[in-house]
Amino acid sequence: MISAALVFAFGCYGLGLVFNLIRLVKGPDDADRILALDTMVINVIALLVLYGILRGTGVYYEAAMLVAMVGFVSTVAYSRFVLRGDIIE
Amino acid sequence: MTFLAELLISLCLVIGGIFGLVGSWGLIKLQDTMQRLHAPTKATTLGVGGVLVASVLYFLLIKGSFSFHELLITLFLFLTAPITANFIAKTFIARNRRPDDLPGTERKHGWAIFDDPPQPPDPPADADRS
Repeated sequence: MISAALVFAFGCYGLGLVFNLIRLVKGPDDADRILALDTMVINVIALLVLYGILRGTGVYYEAAMLVAMVGFVSTVAYSRFVLRGDIIE
Repeated sequence: MTFLAELLISLCLVIGGIFGLVGSWGLIKLQDTMQRLHAPTKATTLGVGGVLVASVLYFLLIKGSFSFHELLITLFLFLTAPITANFIAKTFIARNRRPDDLPGTERKHGWAIFDDPPQPPDPPADADRS
């Protein structure tokens, strides 16, 4: 039962990544692209955690934690660059 | 007991997957950028929270070992999602709205995107007399 639910969740988040990619290509504004990238990072975290459950190891949580931190910092840096024209003033 | 644990984990996984899909679908379905800001920052964060809870339950109930890592990721995501949403909204307003489009703040200072931050009040003149 868990394996079927895992396949379902993998499908959901994979489809979500495709939707984010569509918005990333189409997005009429910079804010849309930043939002799409941030959502992609969150979906990738979910996929890593699901892969950790599938393999039954705890190794992938370190990777998910790193992806979460890098994703937050990159989102803030990109927004900051668009807002102020500079990242660290 | 094992069946109950598997049912609980599967339920968390399915709910998390549905919420994640709804968040990403809202990103391409909604019309305006400010509307689009709602779907990923709330629904997707909740979906990832469901997946992480499923992972905690899986390692606790099936594998018999408890780990804090998933809870750390959940805490980090729930802390940073409002901050990123605020930054993206500020970026959108700064790029696409003029200062006279926005409603007044009913304070002395205008919107923080367009106005300088308020200066701290001057220290009282007799602060260092004692």
